[in-house]
This record gives sequence, structure tokens and C-alpha cells, in this order.
Amino acid sequence: MFPFIFDWVSDASHFVFMGTLYAVMGLLVIALHYCGIRAFFDWLCKKGQHEH
Amino acid sequence: MDSALIPKGVKRCPFGLFLVWIGILQIPFLIGVIAYLVCWGLALNQTYLNNNYPFGLWIAADLGIIALGGGAFFTAFLRYIIKIDELKNIVNFATVIGVMCYAAALGILAVDIGQPLRGWHIFWHANVHSMLTEVAFCISCYFTVLLIEYLPLVLENREINKFGFPRSFAHHLHEAMPAIAAIGVFLSFFHQGSLGGVPSVLYGRPFAYREGFLVWPWTFFLFILSAMACGPCFTILITRITETFAKKQLVKRNVIDILAKISGWLLGGYLVLKIIDTISWGVSLAPSVGAPAGSFYANQPYGWWVLITEVGILGIIPCIILLSTRARQNQPLLILACLLNCAGIFMNRWIMSVQTLAVPVMSFDKFFSYHPNWAEWASTLMWVWLSAIVISISYRYLPIFPQEKELNPL
Repeated sequence: MFPFIFDWVSDASHFVFMGTLYAVMGLLVIALHYCGIRAFFDWLCKKGQHEH
Repeated sequence: MDSALIPKGVKRCPFGLFLVWIGILQIPFLIGVIAYLVCWGLALNQTYLNNNYPFGLWIAADLGIIALGGGAFFTAFLRYIIKIDELKNIVNFATVIGVMCYAAALGILAVDIGQPLRGWHIFWHANVHSMLTEVAFCISCYFTVLLIEYLPLVLENREINKFGFPRSFAHHLHEAMPAIAAIGVFLSFFHQGSLGGVPSVLYGRPFAYREGFLVWPWTFFLFILSAMACGPCFTILITRITETFAKKQLVKRNVIDILAKISGWLLGGYLVLKIIDTISWGVSLAPSVGAPAGSFYANQPYGWWVLITEVGILGIIPCIILLSTRARQNQPLLILACLLNCAGIFMNRWIMSVQTLAVPVMSFDKFFSYHPNWAEWASTLMWVWLSAIVISISYRYLPIFPQEKELNPL
């Protein structure tokens, strides 16, 4: 799964297969964080409006 | 007692009655839990799996459940990418069904591998040349996608939605849903296909072996198409079961009709390709390896009736019903078509996994029959009861049917 694991082979198959996996996981993590950060700022702005 | 949690403008049964219903479902569910503990505690010799049948009910059910769960990805594809707007009224429920189907698939695999504590090896020491590795990766990632799709529904619960952050988070998740659904479609295409590819790359088993396109056997494409054809039918079926228990209409009939019609066309396309594939295999491929097609159907219970039932009764009949506008709008006939279609997909997956192993491949091999024992049945059916519990709770507390208020004014 990672280059530091003993049975890792640096060939095209590993790069394509694992690369696709990491790309998908990365996209999901980015999408979730993007939504979470925007929601946090929305919440922060509304809280600020109420306090004023 | 729990009225504050129930969505506004809809009616639910009394809390006590709901608890009784959940309690009833707990009984068979706990039998399944016992079966799991028996298999994990005493090993797989507690089942009827053996060296002839390392794949049995669990794998067949896994393949079937994943195909039925295809309704989630395909409905999301139609809703968010093809932009069929009417499907927004059923896509939430398709997601709930998908979550449970994939949870079941992963849960069944957890008992089937026999050593669940080593389950992480498939990720850590991935064999990138194995289709099963691809399936494991895709199923795990797609289950995550389904959970992300389910999350805004949970956040839209009446009480949770009162808080600013969850409300805003749900809103932004809805905005990001087309991108998340696109990732889900990508993952689904590959794992549905690879499940079809697994038996068909076994050149030592000519019953399942197929030629194909590049590295993908023809069954790769047949499995994708059949999942797309049966998934919407399963969504319709579960919606109608939910409506029966809720004693009210939850989705407008035109939404169901769109899904049924698309399912019918896809099933028709699948059947044409399946028949071509079967004829090509029977006339050319199987005889070329010295095994006439009839030899694969010589051992009971796997006679010719299997092929006729799978393609004819569980394929062509539902296809005709789903393609005919009049038949499709007749509700009992529509339910019959959905039932036959879903049964057909299970039979197809059983044939591709269990019957493939049943056929002797060496001249000195003998035919052995296989039937699952109580532990296999109980642990598989456990997911049916758990799904019923999750769907019941989701229906009670989450706004999964946007048309419910309009169809059932208080």
C-alpha cells in the first residue's frame, strides 16, 4: 500500500492502482473539508451578526 | 415521547408501537449475531463451506446485494449527472438502501474471510493484479461515499438542524453532492464490473471463463449492466414495502414509473447481450476446450432449468412487463416484475459463483452438492433485519421522502 512496506514494487501497476486509490480518497477528504470549513465560516459569520 | 425528533408535517405511529416493531426485528437479528460469534469463535468449520466450495451462500449473497445496492449509484447518476429532476424524490431513499446493502456486503465479507483480524492485509499488502483487491478497495471507498451521501440526511433531522453548523454543513454537502456522486459512479462501475471479471478470468473453469476486451472479460460489462438494470427495481420494491408498512403513499407514481422504464430498457439491453454471450460460449468457447455446453448442466440440481429460469422467467418476463406502459402502471404487475428482476440477479450471481465451483473440471473430479447451513443463513439474513431496523429509524426521524407531506396532508 505504501512504498515503505516490504512487498511494494515500484512498477506501473502499483502507481496506477494505488495512485487512483489515493486520488479518490484525496478528493473525498478535500470535498468533506471544503464543506466543513465553509460551514464553519458560515456559522462564525452568523454568530458574529447575532453578537452585534 | 419522540415527537420533537419527527420531521414536521408528517405523521408517524406511536413511539410504543415503534419500539415493539424494532423489538420484533431484534429477535432474528440476535440469532444472526450468535451465528457470527460461532463462525468467528469456532472458525469456518461451523459452516458447510469446504474445499470444493470455498465460495458459498456468503459470496453469492455478497454479489447479489452489491448488485441490488447498485440502485444507489445509478439513481444518483441519473439525478446528479444526467439531471433527471424528478428523481430527487427517491434518491435519498436509494442512498439509505445503498448504505445498508454495502454495509451488508462488507459485514458478510468480514465473516467469510474467516480471519477478520487480518482483513486489513488486503489493503496493506495489496496485490494490484487481483480483481478482488480492486473490488475490496472500491467497495470500501464507495461505502464511504454512501455514508457521506447519507450524512446530510442525518443532519437534516429536526433537532440536529436547529444548530447552525450542522445545518450549514448539510447545505454545503448538498452543493458538493454532484461531485461526490460522480466519484461514487466511477467506483461503482469498476467494482460491479470487477465482480463479474473475477469468475471469468478463471481459464481453468470453462463454465465461467470468457474472452473479452483488453483485460476485461465480457462478464465485466454484463455485471455493470445487470446491476444498473436491477438496482432501480430493488429501490422500487423497498419503497413499496415501506409504503405498505407505513400505510401511505410516499413517492408519486410518475417517479416510480421513470425508474421502472429505465430499468426495463437496461434489462432488455442486458438480456440481448447475455443471450449473445451464452450462445457464443455454448457454440464456440466451451467446445473449444473439450467440454460441450450440455456437460455443464449434467449434474442436478444444476440442470438446463437453471439457464431457462435465469434468462427466461427471471429475465424476459420482467423485461416485457417493465417495457410495456400499461403493464408497468399496473401496481401488482410492477411489483411482480421487480421481484422477478431482483431474484434473477441473485440467481445469476449464484450461478457465476457457486455453480462455477460445482462443475467438475477434471476427469477424476466428482460432483458434490452444496447447501448452506443455519449459521450461513442466519448470518446472511441478519443484514435483512438490520436493514429493516435502519430503514425504520431513518423513515421515522429523517426527511427521506420529500413528497410525503404533499401526498399525505395532515
